[in-house]
This record gives sequence, structure tokens and C-alpha cells, in this order.
Amino acid sequence: MQKRFASTALATTLAAAITAPAMAQEIRFMCYSDGNECEVYEDVLSRFEAANDGVDVVVDVVPFQAIGENLPVQLAAGTGPDLAKVVDLGGLNEYYLDLTPYIDTAYWDESFGETLNWYRAGDRQGYYGMHSQLTITGPFVNATLFEQAGVDLPGEGATWDDWAAAAVAVAEATDADFPMAIDRSGHRVAGPAVSYGAALNGPDGPTLSDEGFAAFVEQFVAWHEDGTIARDVWAGQGGSSYQDAAAEFINGEIVFYYSGSWQVGRMDEQVGDFFDWRVVGSPCGPAGPCSGMPGGAGIVGFEQTEHPEVVAALIDFLAQEDIYAEVTARTRNLPAHLGVAGAGVEFEGASEAAQAALNGFAGALPAVDPAAFWYQGYPGNRAMFGITVERVSQAIVGELSVSEAVARMEEDLAAAMAESQ
Amino acid sequence: MADISDGGLRGVWGFLTATRGKGRLHWTDWVSYGYLTLGIFLMFGPVVWLVLSSFKTQNELDRFPPRFLPYEQQTVDVTGFEEPLVLFTVSEASESEVAGEIVAQTRRGAGRAEVVRPDDPETRIRLPAEDLAPIESVAFATNNYAELFERFNFLRFFWNSTFITVTATLLMLLVNSMAAFALSKYEFRGRTVVLLLVIGTLMIPQTVVLVPLFLIVTELGMFNSLWGVIIPGAATPTGVFLLRQYMITIPDEILDAARMDKASEWKIFWRIIVPLSAPAIAVLAILAIMWRWNDFLWPLIVLTRTENFTLQLALNSFQGELQTDWTSLLAMTVLTLLPIAMVFMFLQKYIATGIASTGGK
Amino acid sequence: MLAILNPIMRVVEIILAPIQRGFGLKGMAWAFLAPNLLLFGLFAFLPVILNVSYAMTGGDNVLLADRPDVGFRNFATLTDCGSYLDPNTCREDKFWRAVWNTAWFVTLQVGFMVGFALMTALILNREIRARGFFRSVFFFPVLLSPVVVALIWKWILQREGVLNALLDWAGPGGINWLVEADWAFGWSVFISVWANMGFYTLILLAGLQAIPRDVYEAAIMDRASAWRVFSRITMPLLSPTMLVVLVLALIRGVQTFDEVYAFTGGGPGTATTFIIQYIYEEGFAGAPRLFGLAAAASLMVAIVLVMLTLVQLWVNRRNVDG
Repeated sequence: MQKRFASTALATTLAAAITAPAMAQEIRFMCYSDGNECEVYEDVLSRFEAANDGVDVVVDVVPFQAIGENLPVQLAAGTGPDLAKVVDLGGLNEYYLDLTPYIDTAYWDESFGETLNWYRAGDRQGYYGMHSQLTITGPFVNATLFEQAGVDLPGEGATWDDWAAAAVAVAEATDADFPMAIDRSGHRVAGPAVSYGAALNGPDGPTLSDEGFAAFVEQFVAWHEDGTIARDVWAGQGGSSYQDAAAEFINGEIVFYYSGSWQVGRMDEQVGDFFDWRVVGSPCGPAGPCSGMPGGAGIVGFEQTEHPEVVAALIDFLAQEDIYAEVTARTRNLPAHLGVAGAGVEFEGASEAAQAALNGFAGALPAVDPAAFWYQGYPGNRAMFGITVERVSQAIVGELSVSEAVARMEEDLAAAMAESQ
Repeated sequence: MADISDGGLRGVWGFLTATRGKGRLHWTDWVSYGYLTLGIFLMFGPVVWLVLSSFKTQNELDRFPPRFLPYEQQTVDVTGFEEPLVLFTVSEASESEVAGEIVAQTRRGAGRAEVVRPDDPETRIRLPAEDLAPIESVAFATNNYAELFERFNFLRFFWNSTFITVTATLLMLLVNSMAAFALSKYEFRGRTVVLLLVIGTLMIPQTVVLVPLFLIVTELGMFNSLWGVIIPGAATPTGVFLLRQYMITIPDEILDAARMDKASEWKIFWRIIVPLSAPAIAVLAILAIMWRWNDFLWPLIVLTRTENFTLQLALNSFQGELQTDWTSLLAMTVLTLLPIAMVFMFLQKYIATGIASTGGK
Repeated sequence: MLAILNPIMRVVEIILAPIQRGFGLKGMAWAFLAPNLLLFGLFAFLPVILNVSYAMTGGDNVLLADRPDVGFRNFATLTDCGSYLDPNTCREDKFWRAVWNTAWFVTLQVGFMVGFALMTALILNREIRARGFFRSVFFFPVLLSPVVVALIWKWILQREGVLNALLDWAGPGGINWLVEADWAFGWSVFISVWANMGFYTLILLAGLQAIPRDVYEAAIMDRASAWRVFSRITMPLLSPTMLVVLVLALIRGVQTFDEVYAFTGGGPGTATTFIIQYIYEEGFAGAPRLFGLAAAASLMVAIVLVMLTLVQLWVNRRNVDG
């Protein structure tokens, strides 16, 4: 029995080895899902296959970890896929296929505007990536709790202090456990930090230790100490690992939850009619801006591909306004395509609350500070996110004082910049 | 497991009265059984929890505090409404006209709910949401499992995992036991050096050499091939070390006797050493199967094509950057756990007999 | 199965016969070692050697050819410390925090694990009912993948998890286990003992069963006390097995990574960040990827482990001789 086992196995492996190269123009698309994106791409791309004879697009759905950690190593070794959905937009630039010769650059400029820059780095200033899902950070509030407590929702232009005071008042008056929570991520706190005056791109280059950033860290740590912010999220994890507080918000334990547009689908499905939830604009800081932080993922081709023209055609196909609009509606993401955004998107299967929330997030885009835009486009931002999370967490749990943490962030960033060039 | 089913009812009584030898229960027997019972709770409890959780809906999973069994809110079809409506009991203390009755909710917002009696869908009644208590019943969300088979080529992943596990285990057992035999039963120059190198590589976990190992495997053309997972996996130092320590205890006289009879060295290995080392080999087999079956980091970097994916990779593809599909992930986890649990139950009997037969020597 | 295997083995025997004739027993020794050495050479030694090269280079490029040579700078960075006892005075404070955490962790984990494994093995070695069943019970967690282990316990221990629900019901009230540094550390020790104990129990049980019955019978004749039997007969006869257990437990304890990483992520702060996590984050998961620093750290850990193992082997040899 063992032997038959082995011989069938051998036969299948051999068969796979023989048939694979025989297939004309097989395109490998490495994709990860935060919802149903990969399924939708697979479906939409079958139309591309139908229109292009002999092209076979295979969508390989991988764990996000494979994109974040392994893809760069595979690209360096020359064994990457033909195209992929990535989040380290600028960081992988050296491997990107320049789409310029294959596409209508005027259409791309007009449609994708600023996001095209996020994929550019150094002297490579071509057209590389199509931003497939735009995200923006912002707060969700539990309006039912506000109503129960008889506290008015702070209005337009309210500051972080206003929101903190209101949330604390609501939590005290109701059985909510925590006034506020913020996802454990360096990306999430970037918007608030900018609102507190962090320049991020300082006069001497990228910085995490200017006065504004330090002011934010101090306030952030103080809020953890006095119980304004749920400790579980930032203190319950280590390293630079990501942690959200969606489950707590869904259970009605949090008054004000700072996360981002990608949570809308989950809130819609899971909160249901348990309470009224609402999306409000990012609060303002003492420094003025009421900034969230843009982000998201995009689709890029790699120079290593044997079929650059097919890969470029495929990405261009996904970038067409009708296709882009369809994918956006079906995946319930914010559009980065300016044409699609301008026309408005009717999100598929979304409730009124969800539609309003997504529109709310889209409406918060103009408030995003240029510093936040720069940060999203900076190729070294992943290092900066990681450093922020690690060191600020240490300050929250008391391993470092705030000033020590800020000093360590400065050293870490300097070391990282020195090593990566 | 086998012992219990063999014994049947008599076994249960015997279990309770078993002693160190004959006669009454010694206090140490009580302590032993107490310890073992605690062990069942501690070791099995969490796994039972995992299995039950895999039958919960996402809402139930996110619920605080968690409940032991999966529940589902009861719904009812009411004429005039497209979707089924969820049922609630109105508290007796409610000031509304439906106090104490069962109602179907049509809408809820800002702490107030609108409900109807299921038999009178026309009359909408408004009342504070806190008067309503949901009516729930135990329900296993088997849909979690059904969806997996719809979305995935489950059998393909299962086959890949099985092929990798079986091949890598056989290869590892053969190669490691040969090496352990050489290192335990022969005197030759360089033996200590080889042994030290083996122990030395024990010190460097695979996690640490991921990148160099990846580059080597890619150079050898094993990227995106199941062999890229199988062959490096066979070179674990733990196996050599474990088997060697066991083989040392086999008396040399047996080998000398066989050599007198002009048996070749290979025959001695195959006919004497391997059978006598059966318990250790069985332990190693379980370990090897477990390692390869549960392997994640290494296959994740070597295998990128869906048709080559193992169950562990497929399972983790439910993890996005920002969101994780827990219901599917848990169902997949349980499915992945089943085969290896069965293999273990089979092999553990074999270890028991193996140990018993060599135990008396 | 034997029917298939026997002819194959016969063929192997014929192939190996000339080697035995030509080179004798020593030649056969190498013939037996060859396949393993080949696999080892390629997939175990070579990566380690490459690792040494990585440790001597800097930058964040993956391919060795693109990496600038920096000599011992990575080692210097790691060992640049005001006082090794206070990580805050070190340049790579995270490394030293991880080192001290790991030292504490291994001491506790190996101690508890070997202690409980021995106790469990002794109990399972008694004439009890359903021994096979109980053996399965204690071994079962070993079958779970580390990520699953972490997931299960995280749910049980989260703020509104099962354990706190029980504690609330019983009276004392819950504790936010994974947010308090000391508790998180204690639970990390617990889950790694929980997940690995069965393996060592099984090895010890095999060792116990190999002790001949007649030795015990003689002791019972002499009316020796239970403790005397244990300390004078069981322990000495178990010592070769115990050595395997201690060596493996120590090495694998230092290499603890997956389950704790998935359990606490190394937090709160850095309270449960162990050395392999540090290496993994610096060299692989973090940005930028400092392969050089990670490789240097891994070599330092390996050297410490080799020394610890040699001490263990040496102590064992003395015990056996004495």
C-alpha cells in the first residue's frame, strides 16, 4: 500500500512538472484577503482571460504573512510571482515592473493621482502600482451609549481632548468598560500624531522624535495610565504585532474606537441592531490638523515576469473605471480611483449605516494632512511603524519612561536608516 | 482509549478499584487517580473548547463573556417581511402592552425597538430595547465546515499534506536510524566529530536559518516543489540524537552473535537493530509526522502556488492584514487536527506493545 | 508491508556488500552515515555556515553577494552594554531583555516540565487502569500546532475569557492575565509546559518501562522504603533517559518561539519576548531586515547552548562513573 501511495504521488508530481511549462502564458497573481477581495479578482479576471486567448491567470490566495515577510526574500532570489497585491508600497519598488510603455499614462494620472507616488521611490518615478483599496483611519462611536448617558456627540472640529472627555463621561454614566481604544499599529497612531504636531518628515529627514510626536506619545501614555484608553490593546501584545479592538467595540464595551474604513463591513455584519454605531471625522489636535492616515493595498507587477505585456494589460484591465467600480462595490472598499470616487459607489449588500459610514470615511479624505500623505508614500514607513509600536508599548507598560521611549525611537530610526542605505 | 473500550462496564468498576497490586486502594492510588483526572480536564478541556468554538458563528465567537455551547437566536417568518425576524421575550416588568409575551423584532435603533406579535404583523409596537431578552437555542453552525469545502480544493491540500508528511517521515526514519546505528555501534575515527556536529546543529533552530536555507533550496531547484519541504525536513538532528541514545542500550553481544553467523551489516541493521529500536522509532515517527503536518513557516516560504499548498497554509490564508476569518480558520483547524489525532491513536498502541515487549530485557 | 520491503532490503544488501568486503566495518559505518551526512551537509551545516557569513555582513540585502562586509561589527553592536544586567544601558536593549527573559523562562520551564513529566511518567508506570487512555490524554496537546495552542489559551485567558468568567462566578473576580507582565510571563511558562510535557513524559515512561522488574522485587524483599527505591534504583537506572530529556528540554526551551509568539506576541511590552523572537523580528519579520544582526545573535545563542550541553554531558558522565 505504501508503495502505491508513493508511485501515484510521483506520477502526479511528474505530470505537474510536465504540463506546467506547456501552458501558454500562465500568470501567477499572489493575493491575500481581508475579506473577499481575492474571490472577486478571480471572478473579474475570468473576463480578462476570456478576452485574451491563451492567458491563464491563477490567483494564489496566501496568508498575509507570505506577502509581508516572504515575498521580499523570494523576489530577491528571483522566484517571485508575476504580480501581487502588496502593502509595502514603496519598499518593494526595486522589483516593480514599470507599466509606462504599456498603459495610457494620462488616464492613470487622471484616475489615480497622488496614490501613484506611493509606489515610487528614489529615481524610479514610473507607473508601478494600481491602488486597489484605499483605506483611511478614523473613529467609530457607539451612539447608543452617548444617548443613554445623555451626552451630546462632540461636533465638527472637536479635539482629541473633547472626545476623550465626552467618552469618559459616557463610560462613567453607562456600563461601557472603556472610554476609548486605538488599534495597536504604528499606522493608526500616525494621524493623531500629526494632529499633535508631528512633522514626520522633518528638516533633517524622517523623524519620530520631534516635539509634536513626543507630545502625542506623552498624552497617549497618560490616557493609558488614567484608564481613558483600554490597555488591553496596546499592552496585551508585544513586538510590532497588530491588534485591533473590534470585538470589544462590537460587544458595546467601547465608546470611541479609533480604527479605519476596512472595519465597516465587519461592524455592519456583527453589530447589527445591537446598537447604533457611527463614523465621525478624525478629531483635531492642538497643532491644528484633524488628520486621519491614508493607507491600503495595491496591485503591482514584477520585473521578473516572463510576460510583462500580459501583466501590464491585466493591471490596466483592473484599472479601467467600470471594472474598478465593480470591484470596489463588491469588496466594499473605498475607491482610490478618482473617477469612481467622484461618481460615488453603491456598495453591494451594505446597509444604510454602512453606506453612510463608508461615505463618512471618504468625506474625511480632504482633511488628511500632507504629512500623513507623505508618510504613507515614504518607502521606509514600515520601519517607522514598527519602531513606534514597540517603543510606545514599552512606555505604556512602564518599561521605559516617555522620554526614554522617544530617545530610543530616535536611535532605532537612525540605525534603521543607516542599515538600509 | 482502547483499554476503556476493551474493559467495558467491568472496566469502569475495575478502574475505580484498581490498586498497585492486589487488595484495597492505597492512598497513593487515590492521589494517582486524582492527578490523572485533573490531567483529563487540563489537557482535554481546552481542546473540547476549540472543537465547540469551531461550530460557533462569528458573532458568538466575539461575544463576551463566552459561552460553552454554540447558540443561535431563534427566528420566525412573518408575513409581510422578506427576511426572517428574530424572536425576543419581553420582560414582565415592561410597561408596554406586550409584557411577558414573545415578539418578533422588526427594527431597532438608539435603544428603542419596534416589534410585532408573530401572529399580528400589522400592529407595530415600540418599546425600550432593554426590555427584550433574546430567545436562543443551541445550534451548531455546520455551515462553517460546509463553506470550506465549497471555497477550497480541500482534498488537494489534504493530499499535499499527507504526501509531504508520509514521505518525509519515512525518509527521516530510514536516514536517521542508519546514522544512529553507525554512531552507536561502530568505533571509527571521526565519530565524535560527527556526533558533535549533530548535537551542534540541534542548537540552531530552523527559524533562524530560514533565509540561507531558502537560498540553498532555491539553488537546488526545489522552490515550489513538495520535495523542497520534504528533503530539508528529513535532516533533523533530534532524530539522530534520540535514536542513538536508545541504540546504545542494545547489548553488543547480539550483534557479535549475528556476525558469527556471517550476517551482513545491513542485515544486522535491518533485522536486529531496527526491530529492537521499535519503541524509539515509533516515538520519532509520531514526532516526525507531527512536525511535518503542523509545519508552517517553512512551507510558507517554499510553496507559493495554490496547487502545492498544505493544509496549514490554506488554514492561514484566512488571515488577512487587518481581518481574520475566524469561523473558517477554526473549522479548518479542527479538520486538520483530526487525521493526526487518528494517527496518534493508532501509533500509541504500537508504542505500548513495543515497550512491553522490550521492557523485560 | 514486509513483503514489499524485504526484496528492496535484499537489493540494498547486495549493493552494500562490496563496500563491506572492500572497506570492512569502518567502511560500513560511513556507508550508513552517508545519506544522513549528505542531507545534513546541505540543509543543516551549510545554512549555519552561511549564517556565519551573514553575521559578518551588514545592510538589508538578502543575497550575500550584495552585502557589505562589516567584520565583527554586529557582534560589537549586540555586546555594547553599560551593564549586562540592565538592558536599558545596552545599545541593543531588546536583545538583552530577550536574553534575560529567556534565561528566566528556561529555568522555570525546564524545571516544571521535567518535574511534572517525571511525576506523570511515574504515575502512568503504576499498575493503573486505562493506562493507554491516560497516556493519550497527556500526550494529546503535543499534537496541536503551536499556533492552535496559543489560540486556545488566549481565548481562555482574555479579559472576558472562560477563566475570568469562572473566577467571577466563584467569587474572587478576574484578572487581566495577558496585560499584567508577571502573569503573562507565568502563563507563557504554563502553556509551553502544557504543550510539550507529553513528549517528555513518553520518553521517560519508555525509560521507566525498560527498568527490569526483578530489581524492584529484590528491593521489596529487603523492605526498602519507597523513597529509597526511587532514589537508589529508579533514578540511577533512569539517568540515560533523563539526560536525553534534559538536553532536549533545555535546547528546545531556549528555542521557544511559535507558541509564545502567537500567544502574547512577546508582550506586554517585552515581558515575554524571547531570544528566537528577537532574532525572527530583527532578521525576518521587521523592517528593515537586519539579517546580519540576527545571524550574529543566533550564533551567540548557539555557542551558549553548546557550552550548556557540554556541561550537562560532563555532569552526567561523572554521575555515571561515580
